Amino acid sequence: MDMILAALHAPWPWYVVGPLIGLMVPMMLFIGNRSFGISNNLRHLCAITQPKQVEVDFFKYDWKEHTWSLVFVIGTALGGFLAGVVFADPNPVQISAQTVAMLQSWGFAPPSGPMVPPEIFDPNLRNLTLLFASGVLVGFGTRYAAGCTSGHAITGLSTLQLSSLYAVLGIFAGGLFSSWILVPWLLQ
Amino acid sequence: MVAAIKRYFPYLLAGCVFGFILVKGEAASWYRIQEMFHFQSFHMYGILFSAIATGLISTQILRYLGRRRSLDGQPIEIPVKPPGRKNYIYGGLTFGIGWGLIGLCPGPVFALVGMGSIGALVVLAGALHGTWLYGALKDKVPH
Repeated sequence: MDMILAALHAPWPWYVVGPLIGLMVPMMLFIGNRSFGISNNLRHLCAITQPKQVEVDFFKYDWKEHTWSLVFVIGTALGGFLAGVVFADPNPVQISAQTVAMLQSWGFAPPSGPMVPPEIFDPNLRNLTLLFASGVLVGFGTRYAAGCTSGHAITGLSTLQLSSLYAVLGIFAGGLFSSWILVPWLLQ
Repeated sequence: MVAAIKRYFPYLLAGCVFGFILVKGEAASWYRIQEMFHFQSFHMYGILFSAIATGLISTQILRYLGRRRSLDGQPIEIPVKPPGRKNYIYGGLTFGIGWGLIGLCPGPVFALVGMGSIGALVVLAGALHGTWLYGALKDKVPH
């Protein structure tokens, strides 16, 4: 019992997590012939909340047909709660010493928890502005590309789709630009 | 009501597993994302490559050797993404810039909201505005 609890609290290695994520693709096909992906829910949430005065055609459809997808992300939040709160990892994330040194040179303290740095996520005006603006990029980009990491990098690549390869190359190039140029420049 | 629960419960469970492993695998960690984009650890690449390999093999097995119908009786078809190039590259770039900054893609956003992160909730609010903005500007951006 203690061993099971310890395993639930500890972080899991990539060779456990990766295959489990990969199994999401056939699992969703098996459950209801669905394509595994997350970012479509952002569109459904817009369709639900779109005010009558400013109707945009892109959000005029019967979102109720996609209830399954919204239920899936409610589950994702629940899973996050279980993994991050109920079975929280008490230790900071074990990133490489090289990364710790790099982050320190940008003015970041070594990680104190597993997930997000207080330097970016503590709710002050600058951070909230950055988080919101980055969120806008994520929302705009995922809909423009018709998918995110799950829909393109996982589902798309594992079903050998050229469109997804283009998307993943774009995503990776954008991420490199942010991580090498924008983050050190904005946050130093 | 019972029918709805029966119909949607598998999705709730699958979503729950997904959120759980995203957090346990630290794929929802800003630190891991920076480490990945600076090629300082194999961890995230291990997750991505093994996920793609597993998805590829298991989907083929499901398709050719196993079932041809889903639990609710529909024929199983591998979804096809519409052809295109510009929208995938430009959209990917835009999303990637946001991802690299805050280290959260949409899956982890929902997982962190579940953990009670105010920051992730603000990211979600931004992402909804960004999605809406795309819907409004759809015909004005190159596809």
